[in-house]
Amino acid sequence: MTASLGKDLVGLEPLSAEQIQLILDTAEPFKEVSERPIKKVPALRGKTIVNLFFEASTRTRISFEFAEKRLSADTVNVAAAGSSVSKGETLVDTARNLEAMRIDMVVIRHGASGAAQFLGQRIRSNVINAGDGKHEHPTQGLLDMLTLRDRFKRLRGLKVAICGDILHSRVARSNIWGLTKLGAEVGVCGPASLLPRNVHQLGVTILPRIEDAIQWADALNILRLQLERMQSGFLPSLREYNRVFGVTSERLSKAPKDLLILHPGPMNRGVEIDSDVADGPHSVILPQVTNGVAIRMAVLYLLAGGSPDWAGQGGGVDG
Amino acid sequence: MTRPILVLGGRVVDPSRGTDEVTDLLLAGGKVEALGRDLGRPDEAVLVEAAGKVVAPGLIDLHVHLREPGQEDVETVASGAMAAAAGGFSAVCAMPNTDPVTDNQAAIGFIVSQAQRAGKARVYPIGAISLGQNGQQLAEFGELVGAGAVAVSDDGRPVVSSHLMRTALEYARTFGIPVADHCEDPTLAAGGAMHEGLVSTRLGLKGIPAAAEEIMVARDILLAEHTGGHVHLCHISTRGSVELIRRAKEKGLRVTAEACPHHFTLTHEACEGYNTNAKMNPPLREPEDREAIRQGLRDGTIDCICTDHAPHHYDAKEREFDDAPNGIIGLETALGLAITELVQPGLLSLNDLVNRMSVMPARIFNLTGGTLAPGAAGDVVVIDPEAAWVVRPEEFYSKSRNTPFAGRELRGRAEVTIVRGQVVFEHARRGSVAPAG
Repeated sequence: MTASLGKDLVGLEPLSAEQIQLILDTAEPFKEVSERPIKKVPALRGKTIVNLFFEASTRTRISFEFAEKRLSADTVNVAAAGSSVSKGETLVDTARNLEAMRIDMVVIRHGASGAAQFLGQRIRSNVINAGDGKHEHPTQGLLDMLTLRDRFKRLRGLKVAICGDILHSRVARSNIWGLTKLGAEVGVCGPASLLPRNVHQLGVTILPRIEDAIQWADALNILRLQLERMQSGFLPSLREYNRVFGVTSERLSKAPKDLLILHPGPMNRGVEIDSDVADGPHSVILPQVTNGVAIRMAVLYLLAGGSPDWAGQGGGVDG
Repeated sequence: MTRPILVLGGRVVDPSRGTDEVTDLLLAGGKVEALGRDLGRPDEAVLVEAAGKVVAPGLIDLHVHLREPGQEDVETVASGAMAAAAGGFSAVCAMPNTDPVTDNQAAIGFIVSQAQRAGKARVYPIGAISLGQNGQQLAEFGELVGAGAVAVSDDGRPVVSSHLMRTALEYARTFGIPVADHCEDPTLAAGGAMHEGLVSTRLGLKGIPAAAEEIMVARDILLAEHTGGHVHLCHISTRGSVELIRRAKEKGLRVTAEACPHHFTLTHEACEGYNTNAKMNPPLREPEDREAIRQGLRDGTIDCICTDHAPHHYDAKEREFDDAPNGIIGLETALGLAITELVQPGLLSLNDLVNRMSVMPARIFNLTGGTLAPGAAGDVVVIDPEAAWVVRPEEFYSKSRNTPFAGRELRGRAEVTIVRGQVVFEHARRGSVAPAG
């Protein structure tokens, strides 16, 4: 038995390289479960999981829900609107009420950085961070890493450029921590108004222009540009962003090699990424989504105390 | 008539008169009667043994939030005045950001009367610069001063309008009071939850850059020069601010400044783990900033130590970092932190400490106290600079518990606090007196 994950998954920063490796390796057999005609293993039978989403999400919530159901867990989805949260209940009271219902796990998406850790410190159930503010989105980082590993068969030494709004991106932070811990080189590329202070101290290379990223990288992870960044004065316009930082096939044609294209979605076609790139031969945007379910199955399974050797073989979880 | 107090055998440290000697101190009629070795022993005198202790003019805090009126559940004038006394303070100055705002003579009079009823540390109200602290129309400084205000400030809110700051500095000259400013450019600081730096980047929290403070410090210095008014710069937190103030003082401008124990003790690393008790405004900064504050206190660029005592209810801090309110309480930890962090490492002498926590604050706001000259107010603190103790918020006299220093071991504390010639706090009797409510 290698390193366990501990009680919660709040981010990749606190994890060791071994723990991250364990999740990626555990996801491998779970990929196959989703290819079966009957997509279900009994690993989490009898476990109760609440998906607590304080922010709107389609893809991440559905991905978690499929992961839970394919592991035979009982799941409840709570959207903040329509719950007691919208009546002014505090996060700590919400947490205590869930705890009182004897749930086993909470998957939380929240607009405030630190919300997952806050919850994890206050309840005994396992807590999985499905995105907290601008902090981390660890399962997204992991599924990006799994997708890169599938294609390159390694992560060590790989050059991955994360492009776009690094300042506000939890996906960027989780990718930076996860990739650097496993020996990949990470570059960040975006307008300086969207790069966070002291980001170079996280061990990343700053690539000032998208052309620099394209020359440097083996793979581009292109972040979604939130449209509200214009109103808050970080950028002049979407049009200019596309002209200066958009990933286009014309720009990619000048790359010294074919670059793998990732995007966490949802895409703004014609803004940060052009359609012919998104739909092109080097895009792994849909394999990312497929891998998302396997990664989330692995995380749920490991946090519930599952052994990696049993994963995918229909093994149950003790207790 | 109250009984005289004879403080025996202490090391009397009074930088206002250059005194530092082991001697006795007699207080009578609410005032300092005499210092010396042969003062006799009036039969009715209360004896305070101070051998091995430091006897100094009572500490003065120019910057506290006592929350009354409006939030009496987290602090009152009475509970704050008791917490102050327990921290060695004989006087504190209450900021006007109460609800309603202390922007008129009736509100000032209310603070004064609540402080008199409490009868612990003196509480001096600070009036608002603008009505409702809205940054628009000047408050009636003349009436505020007449009712007992010792300064004006819109603290909690920066004075955004340079025009308003200018007229406030000019108009305040009529009454001989300083204008105390919370220096923050609101457009740079908007939405910020902590210092902008590596830690905010890692935690994914919106940062408040050091420049947000420094821009306003620079503006206020320029306006002090332009108007000849006295600007007092609140809770300075950055290296750049210290440098700006140092240059202003070299030019001889009427600029004074204060700094808080948390800014000379902690850095932004204290926010790790989303610790809301490390959330404050101005935020905890970087090690170089902390060092600059320490050096500024040593060389006098920063004139005095204040607490920015900011009580909050437990529930308010028990939430997401972005949503938690700014501020920590400080009255009962300030002296211990100053001795532990500044005196013990040799950065300040005990004389310097008394200067920064009593003599200078009294001079800046032109307050009673800050000296043990015969005839001066009988405001005295007896300090044990060696006492080792552990911060236990549950034992505080303050109604609130929001401190990042819980469990920290400190050296130095107030043993006895005397205000107007009467003992208002004795460490030896802690627990035998119910906290004020």
